[in-house]
Amino acid sequence: MSITLGTADWLDLFARYLSLSLLAVGGAIGTAPEMHRYLVSDHHWLTESQFNGSIALAQAAPGPNVLFVALMGWNVGLNAGGGPTTGWHAYVLAGAGAFVTMLGMLLPSGVLTYTATRWAHRNRTRRSVRAFKAGMAPIVIGLLLVTGWLLSAAHDQPARDWRLWLLTAVATLIVWRTRIHLLWLIGAGALLGALGWV
Amino acid sequence: MAPAPTDAVGAPRSRADLFWSFSGIALQGFGGVMAVVQRELVEKKRWLTREQFVEDWAVAQIMPGPNVVNLSMMIGDRHFGLSGALVALAGMLALPSVLVLLLAAGFATVADSALAQGALRGMGAVAAALIVATGIKLIGALRGNPMGRAVCLALVALTVLAMVVFKVRLAVVLLVLGGAGCLWAWHCLRPLPPADEAPRP
Repeated sequence: MSITLGTADWLDLFARYLSLSLLAVGGAIGTAPEMHRYLVSDHHWLTESQFNGSIALAQAAPGPNVLFVALMGWNVGLNAGGGPTTGWHAYVLAGAGAFVTMLGMLLPSGVLTYTATRWAHRNRTRRSVRAFKAGMAPIVIGLLLVTGWLLSAAHDQPARDWRLWLLTAVATLIVWRTRIHLLWLIGAGALLGALGWV
Repeated sequence: MAPAPTDAVGAPRSRADLFWSFSGIALQGFGGVMAVVQRELVEKKRWLTREQFVEDWAVAQIMPGPNVVNLSMMIGDRHFGLSGALVALAGMLALPSVLVLLLAAGFATVADSALAQGALRGMGAVAAALIVATGIKLIGALRGNPMGRAVCLALVALTVLAMVVFKVRLAVVLLVLGGAGCLWAWHCLRPLPPADEAPRP
């Protein structure tokens, strides 16, 4: 795919990610539908498969899932450079794309979080701050359980997926009850999956 | 079961330690970094107690931005100020960015093979387990909560029920259940000094 991006387009890309940043409460992935509208539907800077591939790769690769933003920027830059076959020029633009989108995504939320959490830490003995943390604690623990549940429930065909659910259940028990290194479990999951056993 | 640490005894020795610690955590985080953060910072390095971790996690989750990135900045700032926050942020993002972009540049087509698809499916199932197990472990940290154990467990259950069964949106859950929790905690914290600072058995 090949597209043309002028200076105004690059600024627009940066500004859009700046504005999405503060909406990313509960994780950057919540703003993915907005990004899809902007990058795929409105501007045609990314193909559908590049968009989905960016999210899938960021979730599979190690590191924070927010790196899907860098991958989208990377692909926009790559497209602006004429695609991967045109040589180093395309990769320079790809790097610029990754940098611009990640900076936009992290700058406003980072500044706000840094300022707010400093204030909260300085005032951590205040009744209001302690009430906020204590009151929110059960909710965010519930959200972890929900996240795990939703990830499992995405596979919703009992006849085919029961082994996958069993793997999740057994792995949950192991992580909860033992101190085994987490990478062993991830590796075991990858092996079982590659062999077609789950 | 591993004994829950009661005191945070560890601390990052230097900014370099902070950087490499968060790099190591991020690079182990297949399918999400949160479970690894809990395992490394609470159970192994003991920079935080389980209770402190839950409190910080609550704040990191409520603020805009990626949760684990927020958490790394908070911890970095606490030990070394602004430079610590930036170093922790860099640790969380620098090496994983390079890695994921290299993967995108070099191996994008490999990901489509049946073998890779199967492996990703298995890894995804384990990643879900890591998150659930972390949630279960952190329930223990609610013991010292001023609202009391029963109210806390009810709030956990309501959150799960609201989102899984009734498909309530996250913003609504945070506002309604979170708001109710904060108000009740505020009420419970009235007689100072509060019960949660009493020595635990």
